Order: sequence, then C-alpha cells, then structure tokens
Amino acid sequence: MSKSIVLYMHAHQPWRLRHYTIFDAASDHNYFDTDDQPEYANQKILQKVAHKSYIPTNNLLKDLLARHPEFKLNLSITGLLIEQLERWAPEVLRSFQDLTATGRVEIAAETYYHSLAFFYDRDEFERQVQMHKEKIEQLFGQTPKVIRNTELAYNNDLARWAEDAGYKGILAEGWDPVLGWRSPNFMYRPAGTQNIKLMLKNYRVSDDIAFRFGDSNWEQWPLTSDKFAHWLNETHDADMFNLFMDYETFGEHQWEDKGIFEFLEHLPDKWLSKEGNGFLTFSDAIERFEPKDEIDMPDTVTWADTERDLTAWTGNNMQRQAIANLYELKDKIMSTGDLKLIDDWRRLQTSDHFYYMCTKWFNDGDVHAYFSPYNSPYDAFINFMNVYHDMTWRLKEAG
Amino acid sequence: MLGWELPPNNSGGLGVACLQLSRAMAAAGADIDFILPYPHEPKYDFMRVTSAHRAGSSIVNRVNAYDSFRYILEDGSYIDLGIHDQQTAYALMVGKLVEQMEFDVIHAHDWLTFRAALLAREKSGVPLILHVHSIERDRAGGNPGNPLVREIEATSMLLADHVIAVSQRTKDLIIEDYAIPADRIEVIHNSTDVWDVEALDTDNAYGYLADMKACGWKVIVNVGRLTVQKGLPHLVRAAAEVVKREPKTIFLLVGDGEQRDELIELAAELGISKNVVFTGFQRGKRWRDAYSVADLFVMPSVSEPFGLTPFEATAYGTPSLISKQSGVSEVFRSCLKVDFWDEHEMANQIVGVIRNQSLAAELHANAWQEYQKLSWSKAADKIMDRYRHFTQRVAA
Repeated sequence: MSKSIVLYMHAHQPWRLRHYTIFDAASDHNYFDTDDQPEYANQKILQKVAHKSYIPTNNLLKDLLARHPEFKLNLSITGLLIEQLERWAPEVLRSFQDLTATGRVEIAAETYYHSLAFFYDRDEFERQVQMHKEKIEQLFGQTPKVIRNTELAYNNDLARWAEDAGYKGILAEGWDPVLGWRSPNFMYRPAGTQNIKLMLKNYRVSDDIAFRFGDSNWEQWPLTSDKFAHWLNETHDADMFNLFMDYETFGEHQWEDKGIFEFLEHLPDKWLSKEGNGFLTFSDAIERFEPKDEIDMPDTVTWADTERDLTAWTGNNMQRQAIANLYELKDKIMSTGDLKLIDDWRRLQTSDHFYYMCTKWFNDGDVHAYFSPYNSPYDAFINFMNVYHDMTWRLKEAG
Repeated sequence: MLGWELPPNNSGGLGVACLQLSRAMAAAGADIDFILPYPHEPKYDFMRVTSAHRAGSSIVNRVNAYDSFRYILEDGSYIDLGIHDQQTAYALMVGKLVEQMEFDVIHAHDWLTFRAALLAREKSGVPLILHVHSIERDRAGGNPGNPLVREIEATSMLLADHVIAVSQRTKDLIIEDYAIPADRIEVIHNSTDVWDVEALDTDNAYGYLADMKACGWKVIVNVGRLTVQKGLPHLVRAAAEVVKREPKTIFLLVGDGEQRDELIELAAELGISKNVVFTGFQRGKRWRDAYSVADLFVMPSVSEPFGLTPFEATAYGTPSLISKQSGVSEVFRSCLKVDFWDEHEMANQIVGVIRNQSLAAELHANAWQEYQKLSWSKAADKIMDRYRHFTQRVAA
C-alpha cells in the first residue's frame, strides 16, 4: 500500500510593537520601527531568524528538491513576513522563489496579516485573504488552491466560506475529541460542504519534530529520520501523514546543534527508500484521495496549547477587550481612506499581539514566554492599549 | 531627627513631610541633625544630614528606600540587606553615632527608625518623641499587617516620652491597635508649603489626553502607589458606573505597585479597558502634569493617615474627591468626600463634577483659598513648644 508525507511549513513574523507609552500617544505614530530599542527591533529578530532558520533551511530544501525528484512540500508565508523579507532580507525571498520555481512547492492561502479576522469581521477577513492571494500571485506565480486560517483556527463556517470562495482544500488540526475513532491520515469532507476537502494535521508525529525533537528527556530522544520513517512505515492504516508545523521549527525552535537539519536532510532518503512511499503537495493529495467521512466541527479548533481552542488569544478579559476595541474602530478607520492608518490597524490585528497577553503561560509555559518580547502579559496589554489610544487620536484628527 | 527618606529619594509623602517640617522647625529656631540610612544629596542650609550606613562600606547602591540595600565594601564585595536587616543595621549605626553627638531631643519618623530611636534614647537619656505618619494597619489596607512591625510600633510607643500623630484618625488607630494612653498622643496635622510648588509650563506631557479633552473627553486622575492601602479597585469599579453614563471619560492611574496587574484585569473584566490608562511611576513634569490635565483628582484610600495628594491637586488647578477614611479629610474642607467602599456614591460624585463645570470651578476656587493659608509653621510651633516642655522638665 502506498503512503505519502504531506509536509507543510508555516512561515510568519509579526510586526512587533515598540515600547510605546501614553506619552508617545498623539505625538509619535510609529508603532513598529525601533532603531533605538533593540529588544523590540523587528529587523534584528528577522535577521536572526533568517540566519538561523530561513537561509539554511531553504538551502537544504533546494538541495533536496534537486536530489529527489519525488520530494515535494507545501508552504505558507504571511504577508507580514514577506514585507519584512523584502525590506531586510531580499535574498531570502528569492530563495523561497527558487523553491516554488521547481513546481513541487505549493503555497497555501491565509490572511495577509496573520489575523483572527474571520471571527470578528467577515468582510475584513475576505479582504486580507485577497491581499495575500495577490501578493503570492505576484511573487510566486501561483494561485493558492488550499487555505489555512491563522493558528489553524477552523470551524464548519470557515469550511463553508472556503468552499464558496472556490478553494479545493482546507487545513485543520486533527484533534482527537473531534476525530473520535477516526485517523487524521485520510482525506475528509467538512460538514455541510459538497466539494472542498479537509486535511487534518497529525499532531503526534508533527509534534515529535516540532516540539519534542530536541527534548533529551523524551524517551524517544534522539529522533533520527531512520526511526521516524520506520514509525510511519509501521502505521498501516494510512493514506497520508500530514506533517504540519511552523517553518521556524527548523533552526529556530529546534536548534541546529540538536541535529534538526540532519534530520530533514535524511528524511526524504529514508522515506523514499521503501517502494510506494512518496511526498505530496496539497493539490496532489486532493486529486488522489476521496473523503472517507464527514467531519463536523461546530466549535473552533486551533493548533495551540493543550486546549486546542482560541483561549491562547482570547481567553482572558484583557485579550477580549483589546481585540474587541480594535475591531470596533473598523468603520471609522476605513472611512478615512488613509492607507497608512488602515495598514497600521491591520498590523495590530496580528494574533501575536494577543498571544503576548495570554495569562495561561504559567501552565503552557515555555512556549508563550519564549515568543513574547514583554516581561509580562500585563505589559503587553498596556503597550497595545497605548497604541490603540494613539489610533483613536489619529481618527479624531482625520475627522 | 531620625528619618528613612528625603526627596528626591522618597517613594511617597513621608519624605516630603519630613523635609518641609524640618525646614519650618529650623525657621522656628531648631538646630537639626537629620540621620538617614544612606548618603543623601542635596545639602540643605537649614539642617545637617548624616548617613548612618554600615561601617567599612564606601558606597550604598539603592533604588528606593524600601528595596533591599546593597553595600559595596572596600574590598569590592557587596552585601544585600532586606528592609528588616537594614532597619537593624540602621539602629546599630545610630547607636554609635549618638555617642559623638550632642542633642536635646530625639524626634523619630515612622517605625523603620523606632528601634534606632530607642537605642539612642537609652544611650543619651534625652527625651524621645515618635512622629507617626502611618501605622502598620494603614499600610496593610485595614488588615492587621506584619506582626513584627506591629510589635516594634507597640513597644516603641509605650516606651516613648511622647507620640505625635498626623491626624485624629491616626491617633484613634494607635489607641485602638496599641492601647497607648490618649493623653500621650498629640494630633499635629501635616501641612504643605505653598511656595515649594514647581510651576507648570504650557505644554502638558499628556498631549493625548489634552487633545481628547478638547473633543469633550474628561479626565479623572489618581496619583499614588498601586497598593492595597490606596483603595483603587473601588475607583475602578466606580469608573465602570461612570463610563456607563459618561462614556467619554478616561481614568488616569499614575503610579506603580503590586496591585497593577489586578487593576488591569479588573478594568478588562468590567469592560472599560479603553477608559483606564496606566502610566507607571512618574516624577517631575509628568507627575505635575497628571494633576493639571485632570478634571478631578480622586483619592479612594482605604486607610490614609494623612494624604498630601489633594493639596498637590489643588496646587496644580484640580478639585478633589477624597475618602472619609483619610487624615486630610479632617482639615481639608473644599473637596468632595465619600466612604471608600461606597462605589455608587463615588461614581455619582464623579459624574456630578463631569457634568457641572460650575461645581468643579467652585470646588477648586475654594480649595485654592484653603491651600493658600497652609504652612508648616503652625505645626512647627506646636512641636517646638513640646520640645521646650520636655527639655525644661529634664533640666529641672
């Protein structure tokens, strides 16, 4: 029986806010660029991640694509990351273009701003997906056919929307309470849809790479590509293994000295050495597999934390206040026609800002603290609200 | 005099009161040695300031008077002392210092200096006056507080020759908590020196708030530590009621403290996050301008032995609403007063000021009249009388 790996890597960097006080409000409208404050500096972080992850990983992927004609993979790249690459690391953007030029790298659709707009403003969500689509077409010459929402946040409504919008496939977390006895290793149909297909992340094997790879306390440590390929080969009831993870897993979340690049380098070798094994793009998989069953997800499921819901972004009152206040400004923001103001407002929608305000990090711990530029979720909230105040001031000035 | 802080190394009103009182007493004829636990700048022409820091240490590094103290010794090593150890170290050093000094009265401000004061009295035999600016129950927001501190306060006040309380409220609490005889406690209210106020300039540091006011927004301010004693959760809950009626109101909380995160969460829970602005701790212009940008200053303290901030608000042009549980409410008449726990009434009065410019103007005009008459000289005269009473008694 033939089996395939669907490898999908999600690349994103937010525009982090600088340290912004109430004394800056009404006088300095520059929220993001921070030459004077290196700890918040987006440029510095981008260049660090490029050096540790994007450059070595893209070099390796390019090499693997050249060596193995059967090797394929999928990417998503947020508009915000593309903007920052254009500005500070154009060579990295070109290396992404080199990958897609092989015709064996498919890019998924998503919101340009890595936002949760779907849950707050459908019209705004559609605009951001459209912006992202145009950017991908312009830079990579391909039109996304499969969509993933920010943080893999998914529910039945999103699937229905995606079908109406013409997408052939959509991605979600393969979360056990939803799947029940079913396996994520098959194609599914979202409840209430006719044509669109649903691909579910196999979080166990994905997280073996993304989270557990470098953990020397894990009983399976160290994880080699040999061992990993063996596990997949021993899993008999499967069409495909959906390995969905952050792009930055390679070299940033999992460091080079732990052997993550060796793992990736040998994975195609080890996997393809068995007859019938292959790699697929999303579109290949959708063409090849018919849905085994219908999946009903009325409640939103994400790929984060042990709860797999939106509580990492909207779980506490601070987060809900911040996000509600932001979206309330929409009509006024749009009516100004001020492109800079609209762009700033959209950059504030990036889910990372709300993630920094999460107070669950005492339990879900390391992941949240590792990604936050703030000392505490309260500092993140104050900073965000000071920017919000300035934005209301600009609206007033705009009349 | 024994004290723990003087401006600019002060965290609150105690240092200001000590400085202004000392200046007034010097003017009334007192010759003052003021002993602090750390080296101090600037120098004053009306008193000598001496540092009682650890022998053999060349520099004392400090953030504020209530954090741990770092002693850098001559060999370059250092020792960190917490507040209780520091209090003990101060007492020992003061005990040594007094052996080389001549003085007629020991006058000590608040519990951190009380053990040093007892030791100084034992060695010198001169009368001891304890000046109580706050007791442990005030600082613990109405709870009993730290039993070690309570013991120091109780013992010292029992042994002292005389106790000065900064308000009737403070005197009552001393009697209630420590059973000190009422006739040994004298109420001498704090005051302020009007001419000590730094002038405002034209450009307010809170440009955002000033601009929003021009569009009809109102600003309510509190200036102080975000700590249980100050009762700010009551103000935030009152704010929610105010915002329901007057949505264009911003509450400006100037200060920092252990209650900050709780207050942020409370405002979010009440759905008024965009109406509550947290600035962190501020000094100088940003501190002055916070008063002046506001339409009303609110001091919702659960327990405030005196509370100088309403006078500061008056100085910078803003009327006040203060809790009845404050010492200053015994002497300040031209302001609104409310029980700290009566959030509904607090909201009612805030809305009243927001909606009636004439009320705000009248309150401030009258407060200004009261404020102009304030001075430390009356307090200084009373204390000098007390000194004479004791020194003459000793001489006789």
